[in-house]
Amino acid sequence: MDWFYNFPHMSDSSLRDLRKVIDDGFREFTRAWGGTFETIFEPLRQFLIHSERLMLATPWPVMLALVAAIAWFASRSWKIVIGAVITLLLIGWFDMWEDTMRTVSMIFVCTVVAIALGIPIGILMARSNRMQSVMNPILDVMQTMPSFVYLIPVVMLLGIGRVPGVIAVVIYAIPPMIRLTNLGIRLVDKDVLEAADAFGSSSWQKLKNVQMPLALPTIMAGINQTIMMALAMVVIASMIGVQGLGQPVLRAINNQYFTMGMFNGLAIVGIAIIFDRVSQAYGRRLQKHLEIVHG
Amino acid sequence: MADPAINEYGIAIRRLYKIFGPKAAELVSLVEGGMSKAELNEKHGHVLGLRDINISMPAGGIQVIMGLSGSGKSTLIRHINRLIDPTSGEVIVGGEDVVKMSPDQLREFRRHKTAMVFQKFALLPHRNVLENTVYGLEVQGVARAKQVETATYWLERVGLKGFEQKYPNQLSGGMQQRVGLARALTNDAPILLMDEAFSALDPLIRVDMQTILLDLQKDIRKTIVFITHDLDEALRLGDQIAILRDGEMVQQGTGQDIVMHPADDYISSFVEHVNRGKVIRVGTLMTRGPADADLPQLPEGTLLDEAARRIIASGQERFAVTDAEGRPLGTIDMAAITRGMFTTHAA
Repeated sequence: MDWFYNFPHMSDSSLRDLRKVIDDGFREFTRAWGGTFETIFEPLRQFLIHSERLMLATPWPVMLALVAAIAWFASRSWKIVIGAVITLLLIGWFDMWEDTMRTVSMIFVCTVVAIALGIPIGILMARSNRMQSVMNPILDVMQTMPSFVYLIPVVMLLGIGRVPGVIAVVIYAIPPMIRLTNLGIRLVDKDVLEAADAFGSSSWQKLKNVQMPLALPTIMAGINQTIMMALAMVVIASMIGVQGLGQPVLRAINNQYFTMGMFNGLAIVGIAIIFDRVSQAYGRRLQKHLEIVHG
Repeated sequence: MADPAINEYGIAIRRLYKIFGPKAAELVSLVEGGMSKAELNEKHGHVLGLRDINISMPAGGIQVIMGLSGSGKSTLIRHINRLIDPTSGEVIVGGEDVVKMSPDQLREFRRHKTAMVFQKFALLPHRNVLENTVYGLEVQGVARAKQVETATYWLERVGLKGFEQKYPNQLSGGMQQRVGLARALTNDAPILLMDEAFSALDPLIRVDMQTILLDLQKDIRKTIVFITHDLDEALRLGDQIAILRDGEMVQQGTGQDIVMHPADDYISSFVEHVNRGKVIRVGTLMTRGPADADLPQLPEGTLLDEAARRIIASGQERFAVTDAEGRPLGTIDMAAITRGMFTTHAA
């Protein structure tokens, strides 16, 4: 009755062999292809470096004015602009300006990559039910797999640094982008689509004139979610060498510096709130035509 | 811009069948062999949409297709621009079979030959009135200046001047449908498909829109296919009326034909409550033969309502009925008019 109380499992030796075969195989693969992957991701690395350099080289008052201007044009709300400016002033006063700029730069790059990949994939998913049934489990894996697990192969392939950090963040943050693009397009009013068909729209014209504009509020919600999730990954990304607000937090964990952790943590929360309020207000403004309703 | 060129786009629908369901193609022969809608649904789980529809719609006229919900009228109109593919049959428009068109040909056909107005308006909510109206031309790739010029003209014709920058949400239903109409007219296609276009509007606004459409039609002379469930609307607009029930054509003819000679009890029950004085014309009821030259005259197209009013006002008993050139065709008296207005079944 031993099998009844202890789950019968593979013998230890075959399990060990299995692991060894896979690990060796992957190590072979990284040795053979690591260079190629680095070349593939070189443009991404350049993008990261330049974006970070630009943000750090820009004098802080200019940066502050820029953020205020973006907040104003996106939200048209003084409350949000003032909130953003005060948050950034406090961050600077507590000497976290540089790390914050590094983090903002990385979030910016990650969001751009997530949008550039997520929207096309979301569109493909909305067009084909088969694509949707293939993508859905993949997205489930991406959202639930602990990020440390996919950090291992990424680091083995590309080493420690910014690029693997961005890849890890994008894997974690892209699913809402894809899902909400898909959902937004699928929810477009069938009557309006039929009208577009009746006037002889090509499928590109339908996408450009009808589906994307009507899905845009939902897609904006996806972008907002992606930014929030990317910020949540900042600390984990710092473990593989991504500079920014994550590194002081990591140091604070290791050395039990409570205040240091708290300050940097609050800085992350601060920029998260700025991103969130600005992008949400922008999303609402996109739907303005729906608000003024005939009496 | 209201192009009075002769419209050559008549529509002929021949032996059209539509069955909804995955195995429609295999089942069409059973339906052709006489299987009923109920039997098809029971034995094969497929829904019969249309059965053996044959109809020819003259170019430049208003063809009304009438039926209650579920009769297949909206399905039928969507076969004309192939928003729905038929299971079998032909849809000949301007000499070409729409059913046989390739996707590219079909797109070109929809862009240039047809325009459609929808029951629920189907405007783009994120575009203002002007941007909605230019949609058809934009899709065709017409130059922007021309788009705006044409759209502005038609917006003015439907009474929306000054509303170009409003969004659909800011307009009432009647005004939204005017945008829908302007959008369709801006496309300048010879065929105008109107799917219950006025059904969602208040009764008064509906009559308004009918008047606008009839006025416009005097200039544009398009082939209009108008779907409705409202007999009064059908009689007012239709040069020809076809009545559908359960996917089958029950009767085709002019409004007068249908009111005076309903094909079966179903149509009789429809026609019963119609104001016959506003449908039947004196030409239909007159006694053919010579008329005395001293009798007052009525053109043969005069409606019974109007004729009765004229007869009462004149104090005369008999009137001569004349054709368009004023030649006498026959005579009519008050008794015949009264009979015509109140008999339910023409003898």
